[in-house]
Amino acid sequence: MVQMKSSSLGFLAQTILLLFWSAMALWASEPKGSSSHGTNIFAPASTPARSIADLSVFVLVITGIIFVVVFTLLGYSVVKFRGREVDAGREPAQVYGSTQIELAWTIIPTLIVVVLFLATARVIHAIQDAPEPAGAVEVTVIGHQYWWEFRYPKLGIVTANELHIPVSDPDHPAPTFLQLLSADTDHSFWVPELAGKTDLIPNHPNRMWVDPQRTGVFLGQCAQYCGTQHAKMLLRVSVDGPEDFGAWVRSQQKPALEDASAVEGRRLFERNACMNCHTVGGTQANGRFGPDLTHLMSRSTIAAGAAENNPNNLRLWIQDPSAIKPGSLMPAMKLSDADLSAIVSYMETLR
Amino acid sequence: MSSNAITIPGAQIPARPWVDELHQWLTTVDHKRLGILYIASALLFLVIGGVEALIIRIQLMHSHNNFISPEVFNRMFTMHGTTMIFFVAMPILFGFANYLVPLMIGARDMAFPRLNAFSFWLSFLGGLLLYFSFLGGSGLYGAGSAPDVGWWSYAPLGARAFSPGHSSDYWTLALLVSGFGSIGTAINIIATILCLRCPGMKINRMPLLVWMNLVMAGMVLIAITPLSAAQIMLLIDRYLGGHFFDTQAGGSAVLWMHFFWIFGHPEVYVLIIPCFAFMSEIIPVFSRKPIFGYPVMVAATVCIAFVSMSVWAHHMFTIGMSSYANSFFTLTTMAVGIPTGIKIFNWIGTMWGGRIQFKTPMLFSIAFLFQFLIAGLTGIMMAASPFDWQLSLSYFVVAHFHYVIVGGILFAVFAAFYYWYPKITGRMLSERLGKWHFWLFLIGFHLTFDVMHIPGILGMPRRIYTYEPGRGWDTLNLIISIGAFIQAIAILVFVANLIISYFKGARAGNDPWDAWTLEWSISSPPPAYNFATVPTVASRRPLWDLKHPEDPDSRYE
Repeated sequence: MVQMKSSSLGFLAQTILLLFWSAMALWASEPKGSSSHGTNIFAPASTPARSIADLSVFVLVITGIIFVVVFTLLGYSVVKFRGREVDAGREPAQVYGSTQIELAWTIIPTLIVVVLFLATARVIHAIQDAPEPAGAVEVTVIGHQYWWEFRYPKLGIVTANELHIPVSDPDHPAPTFLQLLSADTDHSFWVPELAGKTDLIPNHPNRMWVDPQRTGVFLGQCAQYCGTQHAKMLLRVSVDGPEDFGAWVRSQQKPALEDASAVEGRRLFERNACMNCHTVGGTQANGRFGPDLTHLMSRSTIAAGAAENNPNNLRLWIQDPSAIKPGSLMPAMKLSDADLSAIVSYMETLR
Repeated sequence: MSSNAITIPGAQIPARPWVDELHQWLTTVDHKRLGILYIASALLFLVIGGVEALIIRIQLMHSHNNFISPEVFNRMFTMHGTTMIFFVAMPILFGFANYLVPLMIGARDMAFPRLNAFSFWLSFLGGLLLYFSFLGGSGLYGAGSAPDVGWWSYAPLGARAFSPGHSSDYWTLALLVSGFGSIGTAINIIATILCLRCPGMKINRMPLLVWMNLVMAGMVLIAITPLSAAQIMLLIDRYLGGHFFDTQAGGSAVLWMHFFWIFGHPEVYVLIIPCFAFMSEIIPVFSRKPIFGYPVMVAATVCIAFVSMSVWAHHMFTIGMSSYANSFFTLTTMAVGIPTGIKIFNWIGTMWGGRIQFKTPMLFSIAFLFQFLIAGLTGIMMAASPFDWQLSLSYFVVAHFHYVIVGGILFAVFAAFYYWYPKITGRMLSERLGKWHFWLFLIGFHLTFDVMHIPGILGMPRRIYTYEPGRGWDTLNLIISIGAFIQAIAILVFVANLIISYFKGARAGNDPWDAWTLEWSISSPPPAYNFATVPTVASRRPLWDLKHPEDPDSRYE
């Protein structure tokens, strides 16, 4: 009877190990896109994320060793000191404690804590107290319910939801420093492969930096619960090569294109409530409650990454935002079909 | 100790009508009945909070699921968290403390029986107030809705601008009211332990359960106070034009975080220390040895209580504190692992050289040790603040604290149920159903919460009602949800065991486990007055001394 109990405990341990390794295998076999990167914290592409990953592996190894040691002690005592039929009615030796043993298992953990703390403090300092070099790109990130506003004060660019930053060659470092603000509730900027997360808190400006060494699109999203649509406050960071970044900056610096074919749409846009919330550079529309639309068509998604940026989705979004993102603060504009088409056509000219 | 009850020969007690019985329960000031009321109300809320968890897990089974709307999802996780912490974990542990502390120190009741009843009803009505929000949340003009601000209600999300109507007010009032109840109970536990110990029970002879509940009650006094203060400040903000947390008017969101977490982290230890207490009673009895290193266990508990008061900002590593603050809270948080580790070693030391009996309470206790070890180690990972910048607010954190609260606290509470149910009802819980409960719950637990660490590492934030396909999160979330349902089945087995065993369980007798503390010296269930004659003790294990007069503990202490 007792024999069976202990073997089922062994079975438990095996099951758990099996589970752990199959989960790890599953994780390792995640599809890896070529230009689009995932959100794995152990696939760092930037210095802060890399030093965090290195520290993490160190901590994992130490805690792993502790786990193996303690688990072995626990497993051994469960198996070795199980009650046997022959002992029924007899009590084991009554041991009350041992000062030497207590001292040993106080001092050893204390030393481990000291080592872990020193290793951690070094990384905290290296990431948080890094000085900003002269040529760094500066971006002000403003969190809104439920989208991201990006302003490049030195470059005179305003955009939303898709952050463009230059790749940082180790020989010619071009880090990007982010100033983090919030227009309403708390948010958190988290692109796992570039850096750890930092919160955007109203009345409490924060700072973080990244220096991505690979080009491509890095995914992330808001990590601090910010209200109804916290889930669809997605984030894309496009890391561009130097030429691509320069070209992107030049195109974003231009005012909105004036396209004669979309005059009707523009007139409707400015006559309806659209312009109260949205800016289109070079026109009268200068609202700041919603995303800047000057170069809307240069972005690959709308609604903070909730939908692909194509005419159908644009139309659906303007007609009924809750179909894509229930709880979004964009109102349903209740436009006639003709007006809707005109405004979508106007949007399509905003390249 | 054979006839420690007053029996009146020939006296027949007629069955009372149920209205009388109900009246007795509603007006009782008996610590045992109040303990049972605490536990029963907590079980009710456990089922409700569990159903909310299942709704959450159905919604997250696959990407872009439309089982519930984002609004409902946000209410579900807010209510799940608030319910489980304030109306399940705390009351159930207060219930056991209420029931066991007087019995273990040879007292006839708590120090303040009427305060005890008052505290229970405050806590319970707090829970009803929280759930009334489903009806009255939006005030008279709407159909009502529950709070959706998360169980921390971070400012300014709880401000009127972002949380109109009354849903947050129900949350605030529920926590305020039940908080007063908690303070009442904490004062009561402290007064009882300090003043009502039986002759011979010096402070260094108290059972560890009593010691740890004393420490827990002291922590409640310190931890609940800032929470209540913050709730009052929030009410002032919402109704009297205050600006404590109103960021649009120069208030501070960070101030709320500090207030909340200087309650919130000690709260974790308020919950886990009574579970350490269960372990420190159950493991020795089923290992047939006294606790290893009693004075060290007491010192470690007090040490945890002190250090845990200085770790709260590790919940705030991502808010942009200075590198010095981050380093400080990294150090204190890691340091709390030292006394906690000492405890684990002492429990293993207790089992070492013993004759372990694998009864259901012991199975839950061994699983507790294993899971609490892992929970502690993932805690160390997040104490390293840069690692936490990645893991915080992700599913890794959700997995970590469920490992503490389910894998630690709930397993310990189950162990306590199987161990003390015979004392409370006079009937043994079925070992057969108990084993089913244990293995099903263990499998469900590991399926859910082992796997849940991985989406966190893969970048999945918490509190999202849906997620994008192609992130590698779908399969993992499906496994997590399946595990949740296995746990739900195990809970049904447990509830069935509680009910069936109450009527059909084997008679327990005074001392079914051959244990050593005073509650096992009297009948099961104990009479209203507990002890016919107040006992006198000479050691930490009075019943060992009685059973082994040739080798009493009192000789060594």
